[in-house]
Amino acid sequence: MMTADSLHLTMATLEPFSSLELGHFILTSAILFAIGIIGFLTRRNMIVMFLCTELMFQAAAIAMIAFGRFHMDLSGQVFVIFILTVAAAESALALALVVLLFRRKETLNAEAWTELRE
Amino acid sequence: MTIETTHMMMLANTAAGPGWAGFILWFPLISLALCGLWSILRIKSKLPAWTTVGCLALAFLTTVALYVSYSEPVVIHLFDWFNLHWGSGAKAGSFVANFSLYVDSLTLLWMLFVTGLGTLIALYASEYMEPDVGKGYTRFFAGVSVFLFAMSCLVMGDNLVLLYLGWEGVGFASYWLIGYYYTKPSAVAAAKKAFIMNRIGDLGLALAIWFIWLNFGTVEFADLFAVIASGAYHTEAGGWSISAIPFLLMLGAFGKSAQIPLYVWLPDAMEGPTPVSALIHAATMVTAGVYLLCRMFPVMQLHELALPTVAWIGTSTAILSATIALAQYDIKRIMAYSTVSQLGFMFAGVGVMTTAGAAYHVFTHAFFKAVLFLTCGAIMHGFAGQLDLRKLSGIMRLRGWKVVSVTMLIGCLCLAGFPLTSGYFSKDMILAQAFTSGHSAVGWLLLFTAGLTAYYTFRVWFRVCIGPVHFEPGDEDHGDDHGHDDHGHGDHGHGDGKFHPHAPKWAVNFVLIAITVGAILAAIPYFMPSGEEGVKGGWVASMTLDSSARDGMYGVYAIEEKGKLFGADPYNAMYFVSAAFGLVGILIAWWLHLANRKAADALRAKLLANPLTRWLPTAMENKWYVDEIYHVFVRAPLWVIGHAFALIDRLFVDGLLVNGTGYLPRAVGRMFQPLQNGVLQSYAVLMAGGFALVVVLIVLVMPWLQPILADWMAGTGGAG
Repeated sequence: MMTADSLHLTMATLEPFSSLELGHFILTSAILFAIGIIGFLTRRNMIVMFLCTELMFQAAAIAMIAFGRFHMDLSGQVFVIFILTVAAAESALALALVVLLFRRKETLNAEAWTELRE
Repeated sequence: MTIETTHMMMLANTAAGPGWAGFILWFPLISLALCGLWSILRIKSKLPAWTTVGCLALAFLTTVALYVSYSEPVVIHLFDWFNLHWGSGAKAGSFVANFSLYVDSLTLLWMLFVTGLGTLIALYASEYMEPDVGKGYTRFFAGVSVFLFAMSCLVMGDNLVLLYLGWEGVGFASYWLIGYYYTKPSAVAAAKKAFIMNRIGDLGLALAIWFIWLNFGTVEFADLFAVIASGAYHTEAGGWSISAIPFLLMLGAFGKSAQIPLYVWLPDAMEGPTPVSALIHAATMVTAGVYLLCRMFPVMQLHELALPTVAWIGTSTAILSATIALAQYDIKRIMAYSTVSQLGFMFAGVGVMTTAGAAYHVFTHAFFKAVLFLTCGAIMHGFAGQLDLRKLSGIMRLRGWKVVSVTMLIGCLCLAGFPLTSGYFSKDMILAQAFTSGHSAVGWLLLFTAGLTAYYTFRVWFRVCIGPVHFEPGDEDHGDDHGHDDHGHGDHGHGDGKFHPHAPKWAVNFVLIAITVGAILAAIPYFMPSGEEGVKGGWVASMTLDSSARDGMYGVYAIEEKGKLFGADPYNAMYFVSAAFGLVGILIAWWLHLANRKAADALRAKLLANPLTRWLPTAMENKWYVDEIYHVFVRAPLWVIGHAFALIDRLFVDGLLVNGTGYLPRAVGRMFQPLQNGVLQSYAVLMAGGFALVVVLIVLVMPWLQPILADWMAGTGGAG
């Protein structure tokens, strides 16, 4: 495993962001996540809801990079690469689904599909 | 386990016999297989009948060949069936019941009339069942083949397990054939009744076999009789289970041979086709109980009360069913009650220790009762199902009915015990032995019953066969070859030309004559040498002497003081006494039912008019209400218990346990069902809310709860 000592990386080496601390990143992530979840819960447009889930994804990604940097561990960044890949694939799939649903009912309202509960 | 070790030493000292004797069993099986084949090929001819008659005739010829070549008891091993051995030394045990035949003269006696009469009655049935050609014809003859196979297993088996196989097999065949007209509810009910009644008896037999194996360690006849003869068994070791054996065997015999308390199935079994009544329910199957008791005679003496019980049950059955037969109008039913009554005579004979007398009466009864049933069947067949003796009269004067009437007369004479007929000699042996062995009460009751027998037998004959010609057809349309146009429904005349009874043809007449000749000739064995000094009964006695029933021979079995009848040897006195009873019975029947038929009705009316005697004809006509009594005391309680259990099953097991268990998750599910409403946002809210709740729990509650939990854990840990 790569450790902080072996890489000789410290917070001090990243000069331009030296004034920023972990808390800032986490706060950013939390705000982003909150925007995402509120958007998801309040909007009925499927595309917007989908965009909100993407927001939540990115919030998680930021938190992960921040913690990775804080712990001097590259796993966080590696994980984010995976998340982006999966998100890309999933967005293609989700948009295709939205298109199909739209073609059926000529609407993007999620509530038009309550019969799917059966 | 001293019993087993001692008898294990004694191997059956019985010679091996000829393997071809197995064909007595295989021929009926071949016939069954061929009937199955004809059924698959949809044969619409009389081929199944000829197949069965041919196979049974071959089985009869094989039996005759076996009889001719017979010299001593033999065991014929066909193939291994149950051959189990376990343990070693003192702990060794075994259960051996191979598919082997035990042939001694008792076996041969039974097999000769079983296969002989089976062949003749199958021939009779080939004509009798004609209206069913292409319908149930093949099924009927398949049933007869099954019966003959099972009966051969029963009689020829060398162990009780094979006997039991045959015992159940004949019960099954009987069920099959009683229920032959399966679209008729009464036939179906009668079949079920016969089967269930027999199950009760079979339980006794099954338990008896088990107890015999437990106590004597073997179910093979040769070994079993050797053990009993040697006395090398411990009555104390067996205790009650050894004393129970004869009574359980008896129960089995009472079920199969229709004795009190299990006799009620036999009269109902007349729902089957008449050849079946003649073959199974008169001549052969119902004598299986007598065979069992004769075969197991040494075992029957394990308890001193066993044989007197048999004698008294037999006597009571004889007299009870004779009184019922007096008052019935259905001639086939009269014959059925008469069969029950005659079987009672045979059991009484076994009970008073004349197995020879019982076997002889079985032998003669098989012939004359077969004749009587077959003549009844011919009448029923010819008169479109008419069996009421009030509606038939003088049929002897009709064209083509002479053979039936004359053979019926001879059958009646034998049954009534008319002097010098076969029934006279065989019945006398039982009656005389009852007095000789000191059971004079049994003897007098049986003599009285013999008088009743003569009366009801000739009541039938005098009413139906002679007197003025008069007949009404029954309600049964045979769809026969006469065509329906000449006797349409509604205007069946009183012999006025509208209805033509059809007289039997060659097969029926030939069989009637052949069996009647047999019934007459059955008197001859009485005069043949019995092979032992002072032993009466002739050939049949000699056949019985050479078997396990020997212990039951009078003269062989030591009777301290021989009883007397009118100061003479009962065997000589009985020639006159029983003849007198029989003749008086016939005379009364002649007066009431031929010379002065109005007198019979007047007598009945007189009895009914008097309140003191009204019960007598009423009870007799209603069969002493035995069916009703069984209905109230056995069937009704069982019905109540059955329904109580059904209720418990429905309410508790099904309702609470099964459906209750299923209902619980359903109810819980229904509680949360509104949550699944299909609105995506509500799911998301629930998810977010749930997540928030978990966060709150972890962040706020756990810090507060943890110390408390830790304290509690420490506390229990300390206490433990």
